[in-house]
Amino acid sequence: MTCTEFLAQLDDLLDEQATTRLRADLQEHLRGCEHCVITLNTTRKTIEIYRSHEIYELPDGVRERLEKAILAKCRKC
Amino acid sequence: MSTIQTSGTEEVHPDVALVERARGGDVSAFEKLVRQYDRQVFRIANHITQNREDAEDVVQDAFLKAYQKLDQFQGNSKFYTWLVRIAVNESLMRLRKRRTGKMVSIDEDVQTDEGSMPRDLADWSPDPESLYGQSEMAEILRKTVQGLPPGFRTVFVLRDVEGLSTEETADALGLSIPAVKSRLLRARLQLRERLTKYFRANKDGGK
Repeated sequence: MTCTEFLAQLDDLLDEQATTRLRADLQEHLRGCEHCVITLNTTRKTIEIYRSHEIYELPDGVRERLEKAILAKCRKC
Repeated sequence: MSTIQTSGTEEVHPDVALVERARGGDVSAFEKLVRQYDRQVFRIANHITQNREDAEDVVQDAFLKAYQKLDQFQGNSKFYTWLVRIAVNESLMRLRKRRTGKMVSIDEDVQTDEGSMPRDLADWSPDPESLYGQSEMAEILRKTVQGLPPGFRTVFVLRDVEGLSTEETADALGLSIPAVKSRLLRARLQLRERLTKYFRANKDGGK
């Protein structure tokens, strides 16, 4: 398996969608390719970091104002 | 007992009952749906528009449109996926307005080969989050995701931030499953590549 072929299947590995056979092939490639190990680990970390950080928080005050405005308009429909 | 059942033992999502009541004019039922999903809609809209005011407008417009169109909701998909589709369209419209008419679509800039192959192969610090304070980290993440084409960052936010499945993302965006998968892979690889400059191991002074 080449690095390009590995990358094409990277999402299946990250999302745990890889079949047992494919997983074994990918693991085999990883044993001999440090670059792909780094790519896999840092891509996994990228997803984790974005999942665990709230980068666009909706403050309570704004949320309340928006909810009131939405419901007032709905009542007029 | 007032449980709702379809044929067989398939469980019905609790939103279905709220949608039914809202269709009948019960605004308090719709209020529950608003409270359940407004944060997610705001996040999605902010990711796409990259503008807080626009994101607030999208929250209002998307929920109002959903309320007005409840009769058109077929129930083939989840209410949330249907709502996300409306919010994505509203967000793209706002983005287009900001760019004074320049075409913006979910297909924009997706033909580029950038991000297909990693170029920066440096490893990251074992604990990259310890390198930065909370607000500095949020700024890095915002700046980095902002650099992706809208079609990539939309798929990324739905799949990886909001946790929609590939099928739900395809449904919400009107894309094929292979198109979602290809965009997601490239979005992930591009973000990884761009974050490497902040998180690389053995960086002087940790930053």
